[in-house]
Amino acid sequence: MTDRALFVVRAGALTTVQDQGRPGHAHLGVPRSGALDAPAAALANRLVGNRPGAAVLETTLNGCAVRPRSTVTVAVAGAPCPVTVDGRAVAWGAPVRVPGGALLEVGAVLTGVRAYVAVAGGVAVEPVLGSRSTDLLSGLGPPPLADGTVLPLGNPEGLHARVDVAPQPAPPAELVLRVTPGPRDDWFTAQALRTFTSRTYRVSSASNRIGLRTEGPALDRARPGELPSEGMVLGAVQVPPDGRPVVFLADHPTTGGYPVIAVVRDQDLAAAAQVAPGTPVRFVEVRRR
Amino acid sequence: MRALPVGDGALLVEVASDEEAQALHAELLRRRAEGLLTVREIVPAARTVLLDGLDDPSRLAADLRAWEIPAVVPRAGHVVDIPVRYDGPDLADVAAHWGVAEEEVARIHSGTAFRVAFCGFAPGFGYLTGLPPRYDVPRRATPRTAVPAGSVALAGPYTGVYPRSSPGGWQLIGTTDAVLWDHTRVPAALLSPGTGVRFVPVTPAGPTGPADVPATPAGSA
Repeated sequence: MTDRALFVVRAGALTTVQDQGRPGHAHLGVPRSGALDAPAAALANRLVGNRPGAAVLETTLNGCAVRPRSTVTVAVAGAPCPVTVDGRAVAWGAPVRVPGGALLEVGAVLTGVRAYVAVAGGVAVEPVLGSRSTDLLSGLGPPPLADGTVLPLGNPEGLHARVDVAPQPAPPAELVLRVTPGPRDDWFTAQALRTFTSRTYRVSSASNRIGLRTEGPALDRARPGELPSEGMVLGAVQVPPDGRPVVFLADHPTTGGYPVIAVVRDQDLAAAAQVAPGTPVRFVEVRRR
Repeated sequence: MRALPVGDGALLVEVASDEEAQALHAELLRRRAEGLLTVREIVPAARTVLLDGLDDPSRLAADLRAWEIPAVVPRAGHVVDIPVRYDGPDLADVAAHWGVAEEEVARIHSGTAFRVAFCGFAPGFGYLTGLPPRYDVPRRATPRTAVPAGSVALAGPYTGVYPRSSPGGWQLIGTTDAVLWDHTRVPAALLSPGTGVRFVPVTPAGPTGPADVPATPAGSA
């Protein structure tokens, strides 16, 4: 086997391979998937000289530890966390050289949820429909990392960014999501629409890559009955029978049968990747552009 | 026809019936193939087609009203044959619901020209229409925690085949060895919206008729 590989010593709570996902296949029931905090994944790639579409590791809460078989350049972005090489502290948010055989440890997040680990050359698992992303809803792409997994790496492409510090947004203390109403806002009462855009929700611990679930005042329907299944976009705010809004994230199902009260602006979804359970969420109505 | 804006870059076009949705879907595919429409996703469903990744959804919404949308004419030869053993655990329940004998369920189902109305639930899972409304069946009161891959199933007006083992509440009437999804194959999905489908009865011992062929799109390879 080539020495361009990572040996996974500690997989962490949930570490997956992610790139920019596999859009364009929703009509076959294939979720788009991809890094939840796309700007953080792109920054990590830029720091090690990868193209934005290279595959990175997306960790959840408690990081991961890997041992590269040959000397590699890595960068960690997204949620701030301690990073060490053979136990010695190294920079977060900057390119770091990790000698072959050394242990790179990405520690538990200090704030936020998901850290992104880019390695020069990118993670080179076999693509599925043009993407290396793990899709937790339908099981496409590589399975989540397990201790002992060996991940192949691609060849580095260019010069990494010459930076000391790359500014990154702090994980939000309060998540503000701009929404445009519809397409099924008429399935809800006027009071429900006011509640939705004026009250504060909280991030539920049941949130995952499929959806950001919320706890808060239930939204009442104006009409009974079932909605025939229809196509769902990234950022759709679906309201199941319990009345609590769910924001669809990257691994969301491509069709669904619960009414969508509003859609979150794409630019606001990266922050949704970094909110811990219990974080307040407000939905702010904005006009369609 | 009603075009509902979805966020800033998508439109949900709602029509009156699944036939109209399939016709609209076919027309959208034609326009995209001819370079008249730029869109990232075209997702047909029961009564709608979602268009995602549009530059100017409001302009398309206005233009749509003037479109002539021809009814869907099934293309001869574009039919996938799926061999099926009618041996599902819910066959008796479905027969009772339809008021027919179990063998009659197989005869009615395999005698129906199906069409993939839309996909979803799992990669490669198609919602097939074609059975007359009198054969609608309810979902199981309690969903199974694991439906085996290859199960041929009914729910509401639809027929479907589970591409892989998953929880599910559909009524299971049979089993197929056809591979619904294989990401190493091109195309990965055996069924995509618009595909014609025929179920060909086979017995566990072997074929019952000349139509017993592996599930491949007719005319390909």
